[in-house]
Amino acid sequence: MSANHSPLVEKDKLIQELGYDDHFHEHHHGDKYQTNFLTTYIFSQDHKMIARQFLMTGIFWAVIGAAMSIIFRLQLGYPDADLSWLKPVLGKWITINDAGIGRLEPEFYYALVTMHGTIIVFFVLTAGLSGTFSNLLIPLQIGARDMASPFLNMLSYWFFFLSSVVMFYSLFLSTGPFSGGWTAYPPLSALPQASIGSGAGMTLWTVSLVLFVVSVLLGGMNYITTILNLRTKGMSMWRMPLTVWAFLVTAILGLLSFPVLASGFFLMLFDRSLGTSFYLSDIFINGQALDRIGGSPILYQHIFWFLGHPEVYIIILPAMGIVSEVLSVHARKPIFGYRAMVYSILAIAFLSFIVWAHHMFMSGVNPFISNFFVVFTLIIAVPSAVKVFNWISTLYGGNIRLNTPMLFCIGFVSMFISGGLTGIFLGNSAIDIQQHDTYFVVAHFHIVMGVAAFFGMFAGVYNWFPKMFGRFMNETLGKIHFWVTMIGAYAVFGPMHYLGMAGVPRRYYRFDNFDAFKDFTDMNKFITIAAIITFFAQLLFVVNFFWSMYKGRKMTEQNPYGSNSLEWTTPIETGHGNWPEKIPTVQRWAYDYGKDNKEFIQQHVPLAEGEEHSSH
Amino acid sequence: MIDKNLAPSRYQALKFGLWIGMASITMMFAALTSAYLVRRPAGNWYEFKLPVQFFVSTIIIIASSITMEWAYKSLKNQNQKNYNYGIVLTFGLGILFLVSQILSWKALVASGITIDLSVSGSFLYALSGIHAVHVIGGIAAIMVCVANAFLNSFTVSSMRLLKVDLVRQYWHFVDILWIYLLLFLILQ
Repeated sequence: MSANHSPLVEKDKLIQELGYDDHFHEHHHGDKYQTNFLTTYIFSQDHKMIARQFLMTGIFWAVIGAAMSIIFRLQLGYPDADLSWLKPVLGKWITINDAGIGRLEPEFYYALVTMHGTIIVFFVLTAGLSGTFSNLLIPLQIGARDMASPFLNMLSYWFFFLSSVVMFYSLFLSTGPFSGGWTAYPPLSALPQASIGSGAGMTLWTVSLVLFVVSVLLGGMNYITTILNLRTKGMSMWRMPLTVWAFLVTAILGLLSFPVLASGFFLMLFDRSLGTSFYLSDIFINGQALDRIGGSPILYQHIFWFLGHPEVYIIILPAMGIVSEVLSVHARKPIFGYRAMVYSILAIAFLSFIVWAHHMFMSGVNPFISNFFVVFTLIIAVPSAVKVFNWISTLYGGNIRLNTPMLFCIGFVSMFISGGLTGIFLGNSAIDIQQHDTYFVVAHFHIVMGVAAFFGMFAGVYNWFPKMFGRFMNETLGKIHFWVTMIGAYAVFGPMHYLGMAGVPRRYYRFDNFDAFKDFTDMNKFITIAAIITFFAQLLFVVNFFWSMYKGRKMTEQNPYGSNSLEWTTPIETGHGNWPEKIPTVQRWAYDYGKDNKEFIQQHVPLAEGEEHSSH
Repeated sequence: MIDKNLAPSRYQALKFGLWIGMASITMMFAALTSAYLVRRPAGNWYEFKLPVQFFVSTIIIIASSITMEWAYKSLKNQNQKNYNYGIVLTFGLGILFLVSQILSWKALVASGITIDLSVSGSFLYALSGIHAVHVIGGIAAIMVCVANAFLNSFTVSSMRLLKVDLVRQYWHFVDILWIYLLLFLILQ
């Protein structure tokens, strides 16, 4: 191995004595992938590098997705403002009238809303979150050299990259990207002539997402296989950190639900290009009846939401896992109710498959069948509440370090509670008649899965930044980032609940010309200003991220947080294969904090004389 | 069950990964066939007989599974000649299956059931078409085995046995998937 690992410390000796020797470094297949620039940084098969690639691409998309939301917030807050200064960026999508006032094209407004959703849901919170942390943490925390198939793992990133390229390209089409909403309901998505974004824009959208599904499946196969087969000696399932449990269940959800989305897209592609009518029936365009009959748009909705609902848990579960781990480490206490945490993850995952039709209460689903979906939707509140209770109990009486990762974890719990409560409203099919497609829904899902998942991601990035880059992120900037985002997010989405209850519908281009909604002009302005401020706080994060990569405080010890899990037993500059010699074996669970008057006991430390396993 | 003290094992991991992949393909066809089930009672459904050619395809793909099994057994017994015969035969039968599927679609078109005539027909094309794409994937894998058999020296290492085993399992999977689809279409 290279010479950049520090001299043996006490804990390393334990790995020497008790570790498992898999002879990894004897035959040099381990390092053959890292021989030149191309194989080290671009076509890397090392899970740590792939994690960083996912993260960078995720950050790129997050900035674009957030910038889009700022543009349409400007439109909503200031519908009469002159947007001609955006002309250099948006080109023909800003039309300048005779008075010299630049206006956003309504078609492009819809494209912005659609792309914002697609980008944030799939590219940032699925690939950027679970792609980054599953890749980084699974092998490191279970004590594996790498993923089960490093090659498929590399392909998983490159399919994501390809999918990104296609989607990015679609932004520059002369007819604009797809503009029928991120859920791509037919007929807007199934008929190329339905709107200007439904032609080439939709074709590229579908191609991009099919590539994305391939990426998720390749990644997920690897994550599950690695977790179930490549754990080090002694790492039983019940000794795994909760992050790994969350990634495992997330991957299973993805593998079971994304293929269904793919089959829905295939039928969509047939409808678009081969003249079939899976989703089309009784359609009139410009007064002309179309000869496409016999299809059902509801069929698409069923297929879409069969993915779509598990998808929201694919987004939130990794965040929950990260929060559980970081919360416990920085509260210096074992996670409260470890097994309950695992069972509630499993319960949420199971329930997520039988509640999809709660997105379709107003689509013409049989109201009696809706009752079934109402009941199971509301039951999700139980495991969710178990998790929240356990997080708060973990904090209770803890020796809390209020550093940036910890702040974001607490912020996550706060957001998850606020957003979860409004879920109970929306889960009731009767109340949903009023709230359906209003800003109440927008507020609900942005808080519970948008902001909360972002908070989980931020907690993860701040916490594991030293593991990724060998340096710490700046704490002061981090804290400013946290407080502005925390207050900003509530300022943006809090008032939206009120708008929604007043019946203000989502996806409208402007509200000032409706008698019923023009009283909300000031509130819309307030939301827009809050959104802009929050956006700049995110740019601060990006600056902090890249600045710290080169100039941040250097990591000088292997285990800076006094954390138990195995990733902190690797050298500071972790090479390919993760451990320079033997793999540590695991002697205890991941949460022995404050046991027997010791602040923490790492997982590879054997039980002391007379010590018993912590019961959990 | 997975032994909790299991030492890292790449072999087992690859096999397991394939099974997970097959599970996700199963989910895809589960989605398509349940869409079929939901759509059918909604009316506007054109009933027609399956082309006989589909049954020919079924015989071909079952035969190819048998030759695949033979090839694998021969490889295990270090019988190079039989392995080469078996794997080439499987490859040929795989191609023949695709040809037979194309003939089935032609027969359908000839009897007036084009892809855009009715949703019932569209589903038939969609199910058999998406299945055919998965068969092409299998054929590509068999092609690698064939190339290996003729271009490389004949050594039965555990890694090679595993690779052929993976191909064999996937091939049986697409076979069973086709039988499932056919039974599904007959019984519906």
